Amino acid sequence: MEHRTRVGRALAALLVAVTVVAACSSSSKTNATASAPIPKRIVSMSPTATETLFAIGAGSQVVAVDDQSDFPANAPKTSLSAYEPSAEAIAGYKPDLVVLADDTKNVKEALDKLSVPVLVQPAATTLDDAYREINELGVKTGHTNEASALVGQMQQQIAGLTKDLPKRSTPLTYYHELDNTLYTSTSHTFIGQLYALAGLTNVADAAGGGAGDYPQLSAEYLVQANPDLVFLADTKCCQQDATTFAARPGFADLKAVKQNHVILLDDDIASRWGPRVVDLLRQIVDATKSVPVT
Amino acid sequence: MSTTVAGTDGEVVVRAEKLRVRWIVVGVAAVLAAGVAGLVIGPAGLSTPQVVRDLLGLHSSLDAQQVAIVEQLRLPRVVLGLLVGGTLSLSGASYQGVFRNPLADPYLLGAAAGAGLGVTVVIVGAADGASTPTVAPIAAFVGALAAVGLAYVLGTSGGGRASTASLILAGVAVASFLTAVQTYVQQRNQDTIRQVYSWILGRLSTAGWHDVLLLLPYAVVTWTILLAHRRVLDVLAVGDDEATTLGINARRSRLIVIVAASLGTAAAVAVSGLIAFVGIIVPHTVRLLVGRSHRVVLPLSLLFGGAFLCLADLLARTLSSPAEIPIGVITAFFGAPFFVLVLRSSRRMGMTT
Repeated sequence: MEHRTRVGRALAALLVAVTVVAACSSSSKTNATASAPIPKRIVSMSPTATETLFAIGAGSQVVAVDDQSDFPANAPKTSLSAYEPSAEAIAGYKPDLVVLADDTKNVKEALDKLSVPVLVQPAATTLDDAYREINELGVKTGHTNEASALVGQMQQQIAGLTKDLPKRSTPLTYYHELDNTLYTSTSHTFIGQLYALAGLTNVADAAGGGAGDYPQLSAEYLVQANPDLVFLADTKCCQQDATTFAARPGFADLKAVKQNHVILLDDDIASRWGPRVVDLLRQIVDATKSVPVT
Repeated sequence: MSTTVAGTDGEVVVRAEKLRVRWIVVGVAAVLAAGVAGLVIGPAGLSTPQVVRDLLGLHSSLDAQQVAIVEQLRLPRVVLGLLVGGTLSLSGASYQGVFRNPLADPYLLGAAAGAGLGVTVVIVGAADGASTPTVAPIAAFVGALAAVGLAYVLGTSGGGRASTASLILAGVAVASFLTAVQTYVQQRNQDTIRQVYSWILGRLSTAGWHDVLLLLPYAVVTWTILLAHRRVLDVLAVGDDEATTLGINARRSRLIVIVAASLGTAAAVAVSGLIAFVGIIVPHTVRLLVGRSHRVVLPLSLLFGGAFLCLADLLARTLSSPAEIPIGVITAFFGAPFFVLVLRSSRRMGMTT
């Protein structure tokens, strides 16, 4: 009996709380539509958005970032899980803007009920997508000018990097490794387009179509394709480097191994679509230039 | 001892068919055919005569890259497929015999869940530097054996005579529990989820001869013990009391078979991940085609299991070439419908166990 009344009391309290929250939020909502207030308590559940927020000067408005947001170092990293997000845990930071990279777990719906504004910025598939998301973050956080300046700077740097690439009669080929079981990405992906900007041809494109944009290559195909450049984006997850790559069966005689063209990427930079894509492209372009034109 | 047993009581026991030379020849031919197909066919599209010349040690026109494809990628993979497939099928056939349960597979007592947990923990923990490829098989092996051991202890600790049913139930409980832990650890560390996932779907790929050498000693021990028990399993199929009257220590024999089959399964899982259905469909196919006596089922499961997995791997490598399909998908995709057919036809044939 006692147990039941206690539960009943708790339910009643909850009901009151929800009503109060709903009442408060409906009033703030009318404000929001009139002229969007500048958010002061941003929670970023997207490592890419975290990088962008700090790059456009909105860092001081960010109160919490998810457990994968490891850049910049001064971002307020928390134990919030980006993969298993909990609306309740996010709401605990009393955010006035939540940025998500996807909404597979229906967190947006839950946060909507709490009247917390949510911005979903899914993985960019093109550079223009990435620019659009940066500008969008700028508008939402009151840093419109900084955001468009950042985009302009990125565009300028990328144009500069890809301007004087060496002319080759046959384009160089590359393999971009996502993990040591030969998962890779085709040219249709965001990162694939960066390589294309550097004038490289993807050996995995033959595997596209049925196998999707992130196929698992067969080892013998890779050995036969014998790419000029190998980019390892599994240096963190799987501790791969030029030595472990060369030690795999049949890989020792690959062109890229023999000519030291196995390039180590940062897994994180290579999987995000924020301001640091310029650094990634620079690494790719430098590697490309290091291959002599024959 | 069992030779006379099965001989004199051959009619009472499962019809003790003799293993005919004809079927051994067919089995060996299947292994050779699958092996050769696996060597000459692949995404790289090498010329068959040149591959054969290279393998025979003759001068071939293959360049260094292509020789590496044949000798360092295809050959160890084909051998590994034969070993893993044979071991899983033989272990499955033995499990089905010892538990008198047609649905028993080598993972029945939790070997897969234990191995899965071991590998997940290693992959997740290795984020700080350990070398996953060498440690993961060991972790899988230890995890699989620990799970089976736990299931055995729980299943037999109830006092009195341990029934195979309580052992199976203990296995189900252990497997569910370990799978829950594995899923939890995996969800907590989603940055490594692709690695865990790709292991769970099974693969016979990149580690070269290393995996073959790792599996070989266990495979040989498992094969020897299980094949030596093929007649005992026929007697056990009738019942423990009958076995005892015939002078067989049913409990001990059953334990030996379970341990040997689990050892082989653990070693196979350690190098190849979880490959579903091989341990079920191959033994059942042999039963349908040739006969139900373990004297027939065990050796032929070994041969056809190896051939089957080798061919499944060939499909995994070539169907969406140059991308790979996880081999567990191939075996289950072809295995599940096939299994339904087996069930339908075996019902028609009045299979009881």
